[in-house]
Amino acid sequence: MSAPFIAKRPPPDFVLCTDRWTQPFWDAARQHRLVAARCASCGRFRMPPTPFCPNCRSQDIHWSTLRGEGVVYSYTVVSRAVLEGMDQHIPYVPAVVSLPDADGVRLISNVVDAPIDSIRVGSPVRVVWDQISPHVVVPRFTLIV
Amino acid sequence: MTDDMRRKTAVVGLGATPYYKRGESAPQTREELAGKAILAAVADSGLRVEDIDGFSYFAGGFDTGYLMETLGIPEVRFSAGLTGTGGGSAGCVGLAAAAIVSGQAEVVVCVGASQQGRQRFGTVTSSYDASPETAFFAAAGLVGPGHMFALLARRHMELYGTTRDHFAEVAMTLRRNAQRNPAALIRKPLTREDYFNAPMLADPHCLFDFCLESDGAVAVIVTSAARARHLRQRPVYVLASAQGGEASWGRSIYWMNMPDESFASSGHYSVARRLYQMAGIGPHEVDVAQIYDHFTSQVLMQLEDYGFCKKGEGGPFVADGNISYPDGTLPINTDGGQLSCGYVWGMTHVREAVEQIRGTAVNQVAAANIVLVTGGPSIIPVSGLLLQREP
Repeated sequence: MSAPFIAKRPPPDFVLCTDRWTQPFWDAARQHRLVAARCASCGRFRMPPTPFCPNCRSQDIHWSTLRGEGVVYSYTVVSRAVLEGMDQHIPYVPAVVSLPDADGVRLISNVVDAPIDSIRVGSPVRVVWDQISPHVVVPRFTLIV
Repeated sequence: MTDDMRRKTAVVGLGATPYYKRGESAPQTREELAGKAILAAVADSGLRVEDIDGFSYFAGGFDTGYLMETLGIPEVRFSAGLTGTGGGSAGCVGLAAAAIVSGQAEVVVCVGASQQGRQRFGTVTSSYDASPETAFFAAAGLVGPGHMFALLARRHMELYGTTRDHFAEVAMTLRRNAQRNPAALIRKPLTREDYFNAPMLADPHCLFDFCLESDGAVAVIVTSAARARHLRQRPVYVLASAQGGEASWGRSIYWMNMPDESFASSGHYSVARRLYQMAGIGPHEVDVAQIYDHFTSQVLMQLEDYGFCKKGEGGPFVADGNISYPDGTLPINTDGGQLSCGYVWGMTHVREAVEQIRGTAVNQVAAANIVLVTGGPSIIPVSGLLLQREP
């Protein structure tokens, strides 16, 4: 238990499915740009993107490009394989990451490539890009040290 | 009129299959398990199967036509369910009551079953079809509810100083209840040492913070209060039931954008308020509570949301022994709960509440007059139910 455990990437068996409202997020990810949906009418951020702004019901979206820095809002450490083939991917760290330059809207992602015992609620993190298949890039986050 | 439903209906029949460890109910089918529970509930009530004229479900429910075909039910006038998942387990009884009070049906079955031989609930999230919505959590490796609720638990610890000892207290208390219950699946003693030696599955949740994965079915029969008084069993009155929830909770664990004040919660706050309002009582009048315990941490958050203690004080509340049977101020999950007795999507809690009101529970609370049942903290709708002994 003395060796530092490094947070790995979660199992890559992820099938991306999109619609016209979510596609721009994943398109931007392929270009290594972290974006968030913002209502073009009232300015409210919302993630995941949905067809209407819950604040003003507008359907107009402006996709804001973010700095890619966030704060760990909460996290868990998955250290037991509950699916076949998961063994080689544990431990990994699912995390809820708050994005200050999108009014604190949160993404469900992972903290990766960091010593697990250094991860805290409130840790500052920076986006890293994880190409998990030829056409799918997923944002993860790593600790800013 | 918020009090329309009060005491106008009653649970008059209760039936269940044995609880099985995951997969051990095979080769029975899930519909067969439900059928056995329904037939047992009908026999318990003294009614005839032909008297059933309604079905009330949650979490997708059952094919009513198939149940009619196999059980020989000539006609139904009501077949509906709460949307969502386990959140509706308590509220399906309220839906049955609503059907009866509005004259749409007279004898309504509420039934739930779980069978995990093919798909265990611990990894159920990973079995969902990919959709534009799942893309925003599936990539993170959140393959089961335990991973997701761990994120809420961690936040609760951070905000309020909740500790793993608090979670352990819930697990050990319910295990003691299960030890006295012959129907419970796990009856070994559980010590603090056992708890802290258990494998960590999704930090801060260890093995004993997770409910069991089991098979089984539970059914209850609801009818009008007037008819209930002429049947075999002591009527268990439906005092109130509420369901739904606030947009700020919404898709909750699949969304994770709840405002800070409700993120580390069970999502039941508004439902609890409406439930008490409909019943005309406060939390101090609840004698026993059957709290949906898929995870120990969510027991703490429901105790808060249902007003048994202040927000953030669920940990100290259980540490002070309040939830213990028989001496606590609010014994909970007196059958051992989903953590130690059996998991049937919350319907075990409905069963145990009925037993408490009837006075037939294994861990009987002497003055059980009003019993609370909560549905699973999950996506909207969540739900609550208050049952009452004859006034």
